[in-house]
Amino acid sequence: MSGEDTVEVAARTPDVPQPFKELGLTGDEYQKVRDILGRRPTAAELALYSVMWSEHCSYKSSKVHLRNLAPSAGQARYLLAGIGANAGVVDIGQGYAVTFKIESHNHPSFVEPHQGAATGIGGIVRDILAMGARPVAVMDALRFGPADAHDTARVLPGVVSGISFYGNCLGLPNIGGELAFDPSYAGNPLVNALCVGVMRHDDLKAAVATGAGNKVILFGSRTGPDGVGGASVLASATFGGAGQGSTAGDDGGRVAKRPSVQVGDPFMEKLLVECCLELYAADLVEGIQDLGAAGVACATTELAAGGDGGMLVYMDAIPLRDLSLTPAEILMSESQERMMAVVKPERVAAFMAICRRWDVEATVIGEVTGDGMLTMTWRGGTVVKIPPRTAADGPVYQRPFARPAGLDALQAAGPEKLARPAAGPALRDTLLRLLGSPGLADKRWVTQQYDSLVRGNTVLAMPEDGGLVRVAEETGLGIALATDGNGRYCALDPYLGTQLALAEAYRNVAMTGAVPVAVTNCLNFGSPEDPAVMWQLAEAVRGLAEGCKALGIPVTGGNVSLYNQTGATAIHPTPVIGVLGVHDDVRRRRGAGFAADGAEVVLLGTTRDEFGGSAWAEVAHQHLGGRPPAVDLDAERRLAALVIAAAAEGLLASAHDLSDGGLAIALAEACLRGGRGCAVVLPGDAFTALFSESAGRALVSVVRGREKEFAALRREHDVPATVLGITAGDTLTVEGTFQVPLPELESVWAGTLPAIFG
Amino acid sequence: MRIGVVTFPGSLDDTDAARAVRYAGAEPSRLWHADRDLHGVDAVILPGGFSYGDYLRCGAIARFSPVMAELIPAARAGLPVLGICNGFQILCEAHLLPGALTRNAGLRFIQANVRLTVSNVRTPWTKGFADGEVLTVPVKNGEGAFVADEPTLDELERAGRVVVRYADGAPNGSARDIAGICNAAGNVFGLMPHPEHAIDPLTGPSADGLGFFISVVNALASAGAGARA
Repeated sequence: MSGEDTVEVAARTPDVPQPFKELGLTGDEYQKVRDILGRRPTAAELALYSVMWSEHCSYKSSKVHLRNLAPSAGQARYLLAGIGANAGVVDIGQGYAVTFKIESHNHPSFVEPHQGAATGIGGIVRDILAMGARPVAVMDALRFGPADAHDTARVLPGVVSGISFYGNCLGLPNIGGELAFDPSYAGNPLVNALCVGVMRHDDLKAAVATGAGNKVILFGSRTGPDGVGGASVLASATFGGAGQGSTAGDDGGRVAKRPSVQVGDPFMEKLLVECCLELYAADLVEGIQDLGAAGVACATTELAAGGDGGMLVYMDAIPLRDLSLTPAEILMSESQERMMAVVKPERVAAFMAICRRWDVEATVIGEVTGDGMLTMTWRGGTVVKIPPRTAADGPVYQRPFARPAGLDALQAAGPEKLARPAAGPALRDTLLRLLGSPGLADKRWVTQQYDSLVRGNTVLAMPEDGGLVRVAEETGLGIALATDGNGRYCALDPYLGTQLALAEAYRNVAMTGAVPVAVTNCLNFGSPEDPAVMWQLAEAVRGLAEGCKALGIPVTGGNVSLYNQTGATAIHPTPVIGVLGVHDDVRRRRGAGFAADGAEVVLLGTTRDEFGGSAWAEVAHQHLGGRPPAVDLDAERRLAALVIAAAAEGLLASAHDLSDGGLAIALAEACLRGGRGCAVVLPGDAFTALFSESAGRALVSVVRGREKEFAALRREHDVPATVLGITAGDTLTVEGTFQVPLPELESVWAGTLPAIFG
Repeated sequence: MRIGVVTFPGSLDDTDAARAVRYAGAEPSRLWHADRDLHGVDAVILPGGFSYGDYLRCGAIARFSPVMAELIPAARAGLPVLGICNGFQILCEAHLLPGALTRNAGLRFIQANVRLTVSNVRTPWTKGFADGEVLTVPVKNGEGAFVADEPTLDELERAGRVVVRYADGAPNGSARDIAGICNAAGNVFGLMPHPEHAIDPLTGPSADGLGFFISVVNALASAGAGARA
């Protein structure tokens, strides 16, 4: 049994065959472990290296590219902690700092949608908590197969109920996110969760184990057999292809991998959050680390590797839910709602008292040592003795990459030849068809299952362009957040597609009146062993790095999810970009909806004939080809600056960004959200004006009597503008083309998801 | 005058309830579930959330908390008590109010802004409203369908103990569109919607909910509460 596989036994029995392949290590990696240790690893060590060197934990395929995201001095001016820490930390002024991060929980959410999505929320919240911050809001970016596909009926309601169950019970407002559908996600849904937390500057915590003699305390839930190998076997491998499963959609991997999904207890997480915040306030913690992927293995390794000494762990002390667990399983378990702290010996009693107050079980499981080694004992023997950095740093692969073979043909097959509607009735039908398509329809079926109000600081939430949360009640200081991604654009050109996602999130934050200051990202791709996928990843990262430089804001952290692939079929490359903004007074926020009658409706930005990857091409023709819209980040900066300045001066009644479905959808949404119609005259070709997806545009309505001031301001910011008409009445009227009564818009928009999901 | 807000393990809207008390001009006093002491407060709010994870049944564990051992006799003796959402569920479990809250008719958690009609303005929590006044307040719950046997429902209606009703039909399947009820004396009031999330149009759909908190502050002031403090 592995219980007896000590370091001594391993040294004595070098030829014992070990299941490294089953644990996800390659032959080369296994040999490297043997070289590092100068012997074969024990069963526990093998388990530890297998999870730490998994793609999910080590970023071994993406690391060489992610280095390009390191911010320059100019980008980093507001940064208190950057990439490498659990999450980046941004100074937002008035003594406050904000930390935010987005993370994937894609594979577990396919295998077991409810628990997979729930524990995705739990994991990202603990990341934020480990930085010393109080988590204050969450968002989720969700992508599924076609809305009417058989398996989507299983995955989507489960994912939504999981987020609802966990986030609501944890008491964090859900302030926005995304919901998208595409056949490429049919076997690989994307469930990306973002959390944002707020702290005072002094509260920043480090994930390091320093000071020999300091105690290592594991607290929260007990360790059980759930999620064993989640990071390695589940998240770092593709699902089996067709043929393994009995029927399409009933993937062969699902049953076998089910035990790899963790089970969440949001009540325990709520106690853990309040308990940690009290521990921080009492200054009882030297270092802290959340337990997520790879559980105790990861937490001990990273704490030890980040510190200046070593660590000794008495594994027998770890409280277990299942006493039959082996040391290897204890190390790999991904049981949820656990944290690990490093505490000075004289403060342990005070630490334990606060844990008792919150009914949180806490146990001293080890101590910081001066020998530079991570050592673990079990039943009188030593089962782990390794240099921790060798496990924490992991291998780095320069995987081959190559432009996908079919990309030239895909880009050549542009949307130019697609039949376009011209007459009024056809344009009207196109608007309604787009508005009722699952990707653009009312998302209330999903969002009404989330609590957006708890904590009482939510100023804007879905369906607004960005979420906006008040941080300081006295001054109105707040933070805005938006996430965006577009797999279709990225399939056509991952470099531009990523910059378009970045630009859209940046724009969405600006629409609330907040100044964008930092970026997080979740890079969802297929198998890194496919050179075409690696090329997409490299291009996306290059696009993000150059885009952020152009916008002058840093990437503060993120997550990479690879192997989103079933058989040979990868998802569309889907970087999801989150942008954080600072609002100096949330009381001046503006929503997207037309808020008053008689307001001038103005389109900002330049419209070109751009339909590659557009919602129209997808909905009307099921077409994907050509090039995505052009990116002009300088124009994005000017547009954002104009909207922020105009909002600050009180010139705007509403502001809404243009994205999927173009002006037509933006007009419809502004009418529906404000409960107020408008009458507009379109410049140039009506079809292009309505449905083009040119970037860098926004739809605003101007406060009555302030039109001249706004016109002067937009000239000052050098933003092209077209006055379209005014808000009025209860129809969306495109002069000389068509009109739609608001109730008809509403029923088309609101009916789609309930009709599909009940 | 001090109004207590109880924090159970898993309470979530306690900060919001305390803010509402502050907006209404009183001093919120935080009470801890494990304290066998109400610390001399003049009224108590049981806030929303998932006390004890709502395991077993919503409110079923919280009602055995040490603080409830003090609260239950005080409520029976006339202390104004407001239970919001999970607090309403706890009041029912504690038998301070009749009936029970069960799973929403649609079997899903629902957050929505709803219109409520105030149908009893004699309680300390509703004195400031006009009879029949319509308020816009959010509802957010998974188990908010009020149920009781027919004689109990009839008695609640006859005695005017239905304090607030969903004006446009219950979003969660509540019997007779009941959103909130009070005890026979009127001092104990529970409702599923969240007035503490409607105290400022900046962060909620309206400021209509503030009226409940202002009502109790005024009722306590005219009763001379806080004078001893």
